[in-house]
Order: sequence, then C-alpha cells, then structure tokens
Amino acid sequence: MAKELIRLEDCVVRFDDEVILDSVNLKINDGEFLTLLGPSGCGKTTTLRIIGGFLEPTSGNVYFDGVRINHIPSHKRKINTIFQRYALFPHLNVFDNIAFGLRVAKVKEDEIDERVAEMLKLVSLRGFEERKITALSGGQQQRVAIARALINKPKVLLLDEPLGALDMRLRKDMQNELKRIQKQLGITFIYVTHDQEEALAMSDTVVVMDKGVIQQIGTPQDVYNEPKNAFVADFIGESNILDGVMLSDKLVLMFGRKFKCVDKGFAANEPVDVVIRPEDVDIVPADSRHLCGTVTGVTFKGLHYDIIVDFYGFKWLIQTTDYHEVGSYIGIDIHPEEIHIMKKSAYSGMFGDYSSYSEEYDEINDPSIVYGEDPGEEEYYES
Amino acid sequence: MSRALKIILIVVLFFLYLPIILLIAGSFNTGTDLAVFKEFTFSNYGALFRDRTLIPLLLNSLIVAVLSSVIATALGTAAALGIRSFGKRFRSAVMTVTNIPMTNPDIVTGVSLSLLFVLGGKLFDRSNVLGFTTLLLAHITFNLPYTILSVMPRVTNMDPSLREAAMDLGCTPVQAFFKVVIHEILPGIVSGLLIAFTMSLDDFVISYFVYGPSFATLPIEIYSYTKKPLPPKIYALFTLLFAMLLAVLIVMNIVSGRADKRPRRSNITQLVFRRKDVEKT
Amino acid sequence: MRVRGLASPYLAWMSIFIILPLCAVVYYAFTDSVTGEFTLRNIVSIGNYWPILIKSIWLALVSSLICLILGYPVALAIARAKQSRQRFLILLVMLPMSMSFLLRTIAWVSLLEDTGIINNILGKFGISPLPLIRNNGAVVLGMVYNYLPYMILPVYTVLSHIDPSLIEAAKDLGCNRTQVFLKVILPLSVSGIISGVSMVFVPAVSTFYISKKLGGSGTTMIGDVIESQFKTAYNPNLGAAISLVLMVMVFICIGLMERFSGSEEREALM
Repeated sequence: MAKELIRLEDCVVRFDDEVILDSVNLKINDGEFLTLLGPSGCGKTTTLRIIGGFLEPTSGNVYFDGVRINHIPSHKRKINTIFQRYALFPHLNVFDNIAFGLRVAKVKEDEIDERVAEMLKLVSLRGFEERKITALSGGQQQRVAIARALINKPKVLLLDEPLGALDMRLRKDMQNELKRIQKQLGITFIYVTHDQEEALAMSDTVVVMDKGVIQQIGTPQDVYNEPKNAFVADFIGESNILDGVMLSDKLVLMFGRKFKCVDKGFAANEPVDVVIRPEDVDIVPADSRHLCGTVTGVTFKGLHYDIIVDFYGFKWLIQTTDYHEVGSYIGIDIHPEEIHIMKKSAYSGMFGDYSSYSEEYDEINDPSIVYGEDPGEEEYYES
Repeated sequence: MSRALKIILIVVLFFLYLPIILLIAGSFNTGTDLAVFKEFTFSNYGALFRDRTLIPLLLNSLIVAVLSSVIATALGTAAALGIRSFGKRFRSAVMTVTNIPMTNPDIVTGVSLSLLFVLGGKLFDRSNVLGFTTLLLAHITFNLPYTILSVMPRVTNMDPSLREAAMDLGCTPVQAFFKVVIHEILPGIVSGLLIAFTMSLDDFVISYFVYGPSFATLPIEIYSYTKKPLPPKIYALFTLLFAMLLAVLIVMNIVSGRADKRPRRSNITQLVFRRKDVEKT
Repeated sequence: MRVRGLASPYLAWMSIFIILPLCAVVYYAFTDSVTGEFTLRNIVSIGNYWPILIKSIWLALVSSLICLILGYPVALAIARAKQSRQRFLILLVMLPMSMSFLLRTIAWVSLLEDTGIINNILGKFGISPLPLIRNNGAVVLGMVYNYLPYMILPVYTVLSHIDPSLIEAAKDLGCNRTQVFLKVILPLSVSGIISGVSMVFVPAVSTFYISKKLGGSGTTMIGDVIESQFKTAYNPNLGAAISLVLMVMVFICIGLMERFSGSEEREALM
C-alpha cells in the first residue's frame, strides 16, 4: 500500500573538511507527512535541500520513484519548496507570484486564471489577487507561498521551517491548516522543524537528527514513548535520564532500588539509560518503600508545577498539579509501563539532569568558551 | 541642530557653489573675464548653438561616456554575480585588484594604461596607437570598480532563496536571473550606470594620457585653453549642463519624497548616494 | 558552478587592464630610456625631485586636515538634519563634483587673481591687491575646494549609521552633549574620518592641474613632474619610475590606515 517515493542512500555531505551529513539513509513514502526534526545544525535542512535539488551530496544516491536524480537540477524536479522566509517575489503581486511556476511552464492564460482562483480558495485568500507582497501580513505571505508551490501539482512539497516567523496561536492554526491541505491533496510533505511539539502534532513519521546523523525514525508516539537514546529522549519533551542496570528482563536497578518495568532483551546486568517522563511520576509521602528525595525548586506553570527534586545529587523534574514546598522530603511512585529502558550510547550522561534547563546556562561561568565569529554557514548553500 | 553647525553648513555650501555661480554669471557676460561683468547678454548661448568645435567634442564625451558606462555596467554586474561564488581567498584577492583603479591616483592609472598601450603598439608594430579605442578601454577600466561595488551589496543582501524559489518553480538559472534576480539588484545596476556615466563624462586626467589626436573629449579641449582666455560659450555650455543636473536632482527629490509616503522596497537614497561613497581602500 | 563563469570576462579584463599596466610601469621604471636595458638610474634620479615630493605630501596633508576640520562639522550637520532633508543636502554637496572640475578651478583664478574679484572688492575699500594666487596657499585652497565632498561623504555615512540607542545609552549614563560627542560619536566615526582623509589625500598628492592653474613657479608638485615626463620632456622611463614610487607610497598609506580601521566599519560604508 505504501509506495516508496523518495530514497536517500548513504548520503554524505562534506564541506571544507566538515561533515555536515554523515551517511544518511532515509525512505519516504508517497502521501506521507514526514518531519525532519532536530536542533539547528543537525543537518535537517541540508537533507531537505538534497531532496529539493539545491545541493548535491558529496557521495551517496538520491532516488525519486526508483530513478536516480543526483544530477537533476531543482528546476527539473517535480518537487516544490516553501522557503523559511517565504521568498515571495517582491516585484510581483499575489496573483503573479502564484502564477509564476505556471507561466514558466507556458500554461495558457485562461487555465492560469482558473487554477490561481482555485488555489486562492484553497488557502482562503480570495480577493487578494492585486495585493502587493509587502502589504501582506506574515500569515498571508505564508499562504501565498503555499499556493505558489501547490499550484504546480508537485508530487512532493518541501517545507523549510515555514511557521517559525509566526506568533504562537497563528502557528497552531497554520499547523492544522497544513495538515488539512496535505490530507486533502494527498501530496507527500517533507517538513523541517526544530520544534518537537510541532513535529509530534503534524507528522505521520518523525525523523530525529543530530550532528548529521539520523538518531531515530518512527511515528510520533514511537519517538515519544520509546526514544532510542538519551538525545532523542531529551530532545522530545522533557525527560529524566538516569543510569541503571538491567538485572534481568523487566527488572531494573536504580539508586540501589529495584524497579519493575516492561522492557526486555537486554543482557543480564547490562548498564542502561533509564527514561522517566516528568508527568509520569507520582509524588507520595516519604517512606522506606519508595525512592525519596528533597524538593529544591518549585515553579508554577499554570497547567502544572515544575518541581525539581534532588535524589542523591541527581536532580529530577517532576510535573504535577499538586504543590510541594521547597525543602520538603517526598517519595515517588512510578508505574512499570512508564519506565523506559534504552541502550547506552554516546549521548549517555549528557542529558537528563535538571540542574539547569540549558547547556548555555551551564557554560555561563566558563571563560574558556568564546562566542562570536560564526563561520559562515551560507557558504555551502551555493549550488 | 545647533546654530554653529548650521552656519558652517551654509558657509561651506556657499564656498562650494561660489565658482559655479561665477561661471553661470560668466555665461551671460559679454566680456571674457569672469572677474569683470561687462554687460548682460544671451549672445554666448547663441554662439554655443552655432558652434562647430565644442558641440562635436561634447558629443565625443557623450559617446565615450555612454559606451563605457553601459559596457562597464554589463561586465561589472556579471562580475559581481560571479565573484560571490568564489572561495573567500580568491574573492578577496579579486576585490583588492578591483579596488586598484579607485585607490590609485588618477595620474598613475592614466600613466600605466598609456604605457600599456604604447608597449602594445610596439608589440603589434603599430605607431599612433592612442585613439578612440584606447580612450574607451581606459574609461571602461576606471568605471568597472564603481559598477562592481554598486551592484555587489545588492547581490550580497539579496535573499538567496528568491533565486532558488524561481528555480524551484521551474526556471532555468538564466530565466531565474531575468525574471527575479535582476529586479532585486536593479537599483545597484542603475546607480552604477549613473556613477560610471558621470565619472566618464567629466574625466580629464586619465583621458589626458590615453587619448589620440583623432578623438578628443571636452575636458581635454578645455585644458588646452590654458594659453588663451576661454570663449564664454563654454560657460554657456557649463550653465546648461548644470541646469540639467539641478533639474534631475530636484525631480529625484520630489519622486523620492513621494515614494517615502508609500511603503516601498527599493531605496532611492542608494541610487545617487552610492555615487562617491564607495570606499577607496 | 555555472555562476562563476559570469565573472570570467571581467577577470580577463582585470588582468589585461589593471595588472598588466602596472607591470608596464615597473618595466619602464627599471629600463633605460635609451638602451632599453635594466637600470636603477630612473629610481635613483628621483632623488632630484625629493623636495617636490615632500612638498606634495605636505600640501596634501594640510589640505586633508583642512578638509577634515571643515568637512566633519558639515557631515555632522547633515546627519542631524531631518531625515528627508538629509538626502537632499548630501546631493547638494555632491552636485558640484559632477560638474567640470577644470572650469570650477579656473573660476578660482578669476576670484584670486590680482585683478580678480576678491581683490577688486578689497580695492573698493582701498586695500592694495593681496597675492592670493600663484602660491602654496592657493594650491591648498584649490585642493580643499575640489576634494571637500570626498571628506564629507564617508564621514556622513558613518555618522548616519550610528545606532541612536547608543547615544541614548550615553545620555542615560550621565553624559552631556559634549561628552556624548567626544565619548561616543567621535570614536565611532573614526573609520569615516580615516576613509575621508585617504579619499582626499590620494588625489591631492597627485594633482597637477590645480598646481598648474593656481600655483606659481615655486609650487610644482610631483604630479606636474610626471605629467611633463610624458607630455613635454619625453622620458616615460623616469615618469614611470616616479609614478611607481608615488603608487607604492599611496598603497603604504592606505595600508596603514586600513590597519586602524576595522573591516566591519568598511562594510557599513558600502
């Protein structure tokens, strides 16, 4: 049923001794909404640009419908792109922008009129034909960009962080809008974002990337509930990531206590990473049956409290609707299904401790780290 | 703005325009001495229109100016687009060499070109190598840095995804240039063209070293008048040119004043602003 | 990849008409005018013109300084004017530059001569004619007149780009108007000053027309010497040698000045 439309095979992108993409293998199915997710610099935009034809991989192959397309330039591919800053042509009005691709393809003017009208209806911009691009709001420009791309009936639509410039509520509306359009037209959407909530909300498949390497591919639920390593666990939602030892199937040792869990398939006494989501922890009165710790911070977030608890020097984040005072001694209870075990990886130990939320904060007092001159990233975007 | 600054501004402006006022007055003077105003007359303008020597020379200047500015703009625009895609080191080397005609004193540029032409003449066994061609070549050469430096900022600041969007929508690279890119860099091209034209029209020093007796320009002719007093019709010509430039300035001011009221993308300030603010480094 | 090809016509042009001529200058400078052999005699004989060279540099420096003193306040005045006025004022300052500088310099002759306008006016007050022309002062005046806009423009550009919130911050921290100028505006405008000075100095040191028209027998400048080698006394080898020295000197000056000006400010000037 699911037909493979695009395949990236061992794609490597190297620029000036720097490896931007490290052997990326990816299959994208027809009609799928696939999101490339990761922090900035992870290679997600590079991957997108390879598919779009703006960049050729240093090595590796790109297949479209079974045909190798490495050397086919972007203007010959049946793929259209929505750019991060929309790239609407300032010297043309809304109508001419949308009609642009059709005019290049020398479509007859009557047909162009018809199809532009259709598109304007699809994106709810009827009546805006004569408007100048500079007289449009961010959301309207966004929709013109969508219309301009979709009118060409591409097989695949590439979206490069298109909602970044919009304010939060509009962004949520546009997410729904894009999802609706995708379902309605049945086109393959390849979406790039660093916003994990957005990725989880919109996608059929999520591809998590870091430093040019794909970390995990899966449905939003898979990626959230069964992260493969500490990076994915930390990047998607909040996670407490702890050291543990698998004593045997479905039994893990943490902080000197045994916990029942539901994962198996690990070697006996294998060191593992244990992931527990903050919302999955119940706070109970402190007693010897439970793991106990001291509350060191409480922040009211509206929906819930963020409570930082210190267990043997390791800080957990617990999200709960109950208030607990700083300094109070509490116990925690975790259901076995909510303990998720991952194999150790290069990322182990890097994340999961809630002494601070961000890396930058940790580095604040370190004079050996110097910011400033950024080596131009745009250099390798020339095609 | 403080009083003192305002006064200095007015004094300096007066200082700058004093000779011009003098020349304009001289155009209406029956006498030839600028210092002595004999009688008011339009006869100099009449003499200008009947003139057989000055007008052809003006035409020469115009021909060279138009040709050299157009060619320099075309070459320079292509160069600006191409230079962008060079590696850092090569790019800065090219830009350094590009700046040479601007940084070098005009006399050195003129001398170096004239020596090149003379050497070339010896190589290809031609005497009298200096003429229209050498003049044109020299003008294009000193116009190029200005056209390149006019277009480059536009090219650099242009959103690169505009060109990609055009190709994404089916344009070949050439089509993308003419349908999209050119509109974005047009102000730079136009201002480069204007600067080159103006510099070429008024150039004296460089032309002086590379011209040939068969084809002279107006400034060269004016220079040769050092021995005798200048015929007043030259002042008439000057006044007319000045009036034209002033008119252009006023019109542009009105146009950009109106443009300020509407949200517009391109910036007319840059248009003439670029004229001399290119950095001589 | 294909875009690179666009620049090749220009690269070819650049090599032929910028690099090659400089090689020609070097060639002639080190070649004997009669025998065509390699010689250092041309360079050495520049020593004869040493006083003239020094004078040219001196006069150019004086002109640059005067241009700075006059031009900076003008640039400041324009930068403080109403936004819409600024464009007009700058164009007004630049307009004379596009008119024949030969004629405008000749007009100064009529102003400064013994029988010229200024002396005529002074004569009405019974003052005998002052020697306003054919001396160093007149040459400096001519250079200041011609090159003042070259100082005003870069200084104005830099001044107009100063982030207004920097000035507000200075006031917020207790500076009065003079202090704001001395502690914030002036330091930030240094790159413009350096740019302006070099844009005045280079043409000033190499001029020959101004010294011919407004100068006398004692005001020969190095530009005059070069010009005469090519037009009257035909010794292109000596002329080339002097040009070479002049060019090297200018490059050194510019290079030094570039050291003191950051490249980010230069980008701002574009």
